[in-house]
Amino acid sequence: MNICNSQLPKSQLPRRHVWTPVVLALVLGVGSWALGVGNWQLGVVRGQQPAPQQPSEIAVVISGDPGTPPRYAVPDFVAASPEAADAAKTITQVLFDDLAFEREFYLIPRDTYTTIPAARTPDQVPFAAWRELGADAVVFGAVSRTGNDVRVEVRLFNIRTQQSVFSKEYTGTAANPRLYAHTIADEIHQQQRALRGVARTKLAFSSDRNRERMVGTAENRDVKEVYMADYDGANPRRITTNRQLNIFPVWSPDARAIAYTSYRRGYPDLFIALIYEGLQQEPTKGGTQNWLPMYSPDGTRIVFNSNRDGNPELYVMNRDGSGLRRITNHPAIDTTPTWSPTGTQIAFTSDRAGTPQIYIIGADGLNLRRLTTSESYADRSTWSPAPFNEIAFAARTGPGYDIKIYDLATGTTRQVTFGEGSNESPAYAPNGRHLAFTSTRAGRVQIFTIGRDGRGVKQVTRDGSNFTPSWSN
Amino acid sequence: MTTRAGVVLVLLSLTAAAAGCAKRQPPVAQPVPPAGPPVAATPAPQPPPPTTEALAVPPEPVAIAEDGISARSIEDLNRDSPFKPAYFPLDSAELDDAGRAVVTANAAIMRKYPAWMVTVEGHCDERGTTEYNLALGERRAVAVKTYLMSLGIPGDRVRIVSYGKEFPFDLGHDERAWASNRRAHFVITSK
Repeated sequence: MNICNSQLPKSQLPRRHVWTPVVLALVLGVGSWALGVGNWQLGVVRGQQPAPQQPSEIAVVISGDPGTPPRYAVPDFVAASPEAADAAKTITQVLFDDLAFEREFYLIPRDTYTTIPAARTPDQVPFAAWRELGADAVVFGAVSRTGNDVRVEVRLFNIRTQQSVFSKEYTGTAANPRLYAHTIADEIHQQQRALRGVARTKLAFSSDRNRERMVGTAENRDVKEVYMADYDGANPRRITTNRQLNIFPVWSPDARAIAYTSYRRGYPDLFIALIYEGLQQEPTKGGTQNWLPMYSPDGTRIVFNSNRDGNPELYVMNRDGSGLRRITNHPAIDTTPTWSPTGTQIAFTSDRAGTPQIYIIGADGLNLRRLTTSESYADRSTWSPAPFNEIAFAARTGPGYDIKIYDLATGTTRQVTFGEGSNESPAYAPNGRHLAFTSTRAGRVQIFTIGRDGRGVKQVTRDGSNFTPSWSN
Repeated sequence: MTTRAGVVLVLLSLTAAAAGCAKRQPPVAQPVPPAGPPVAATPAPQPPPPTTEALAVPPEPVAIAEDGISARSIEDLNRDSPFKPAYFPLDSAELDDAGRAVVTANAAIMRKYPAWMVTVEGHCDERGTTEYNLALGERRAVAVKTYLMSLGIPGDRVRIVSYGKEFPFDLGHDERAWASNRRAHFVITSK
């Protein structure tokens, strides 16, 4: 079972490296699979190491040739037994995709190194062959499986120095092998690039994929339910089941709750699904029409749209519905709010100047200013997390919409999508480097992700039509 | 108003007892009314050939007899509604002359059947964004409700709800479809 043989004499191991497998059980129950892995910090590993001779940060980071990103290879993870083969294959492919997603590394196409023999132990690594391929870094892994338990061992080698700079062992259930890959990718990004990867984040969205029809109406109307899925669209899970319109889901900052707008009362109202507790909260408690909730960055407040005073206006309340305060006061439409990263300002859409445009107002309702001036129609502003200081929105660019980004520091706007279908509903990834959005470029409305520089479009959903993504922390 | 509703209900139950429309009966229970009630509805005549003629018949809904319309179930009424939708210009929640005429006609129907409660649904075409359209549809529904009230219809008989662009009536992607989807749609919710 020992694939990467941890019994190797210390002398054969890279000098600095300490081969201390960190065994952490991954509990993949509904209750914790998104969060149970959050506690792994590389500091834990480092804390167990004897004081290194060299400052580890410098020695550990693998660089590429000057001016180019390091070239990574992810050869097939070795399966210790036939029953581990599926998991090994999945983990390899998902890890490759995860590492490619942040575009911090150049991922060498996998079909170019199928002939390089697999390394079953660290001393078997054919460094010469990998150097010849031009790899700077290679991720080796091994997967063994006992019943429903799986053990994944992974090592990242610096091919130049022939040193292992990252090694870990994970044990847990075999139910979701993708999570091992996501965890490895996030930890490699953290260690190598000091970057918070998004491989373990989730998307929430609304979808008609279950193809159910609304009950009790004269017309044939599709229902929409709230779903969540991994950031790459895998592992979709249905959150609502009430066969009505359930739209505009948004994550709470702790990623344990999804607030959304539901028509289960016959009109739009706010609901909160505590997804790991299986509970539902109703902060606005019916009686008034409320929609488009958005959590404040600290999770304590919710800004939302309501017509309780006869006109679509913005209101802020505490998470539990208390402390209601009206933010906007204008006979025009005020809608589609988003918080600034500090929670002190709210960007929103208003047609008070004749067309829908983006405005910013203090969370206290003061200091209104208009943001977009050269768009014919702008909606769904979404404020980037720090360190980026920008607001993405959907702008009418013809018959349809494109995603644009307003840079708050320079006051300039750049375009991210360019007329491939209609592109709406942008939502930032928690590290601010990506956006999820909807597009009709592939036919029906589907969710895509794209880099904030407009590169790297990936289709995330394919089943039914899918709307209004929200990206979890 | 409750007494008026009661009178209508009594009349209903007398004329159409067989249909069994009790006050709070869920629309699910729809026993096929035996023989009597459907005055205007044409029970299929014996000869099968005139199927093409049957398709050409539809003039009849225009001149529905009062008893006929009040005897129909809410579902039937909404499927073939006496209310016409009010249409709106692009990106607008203002009722134009045509829209006001429609709402005036609908108000007359509401006056004629004072027990009816309606929900005015605001709908939008697909050219607005998903998010903004929900507010725009809300404004369209409000515009209609306000106009209905200015015509003397009590506000508590009219509920409003916006569906934005969630439920297009015409699934096309052209001017005609868009125009047809920018509407305030009347739904009878109780009678």
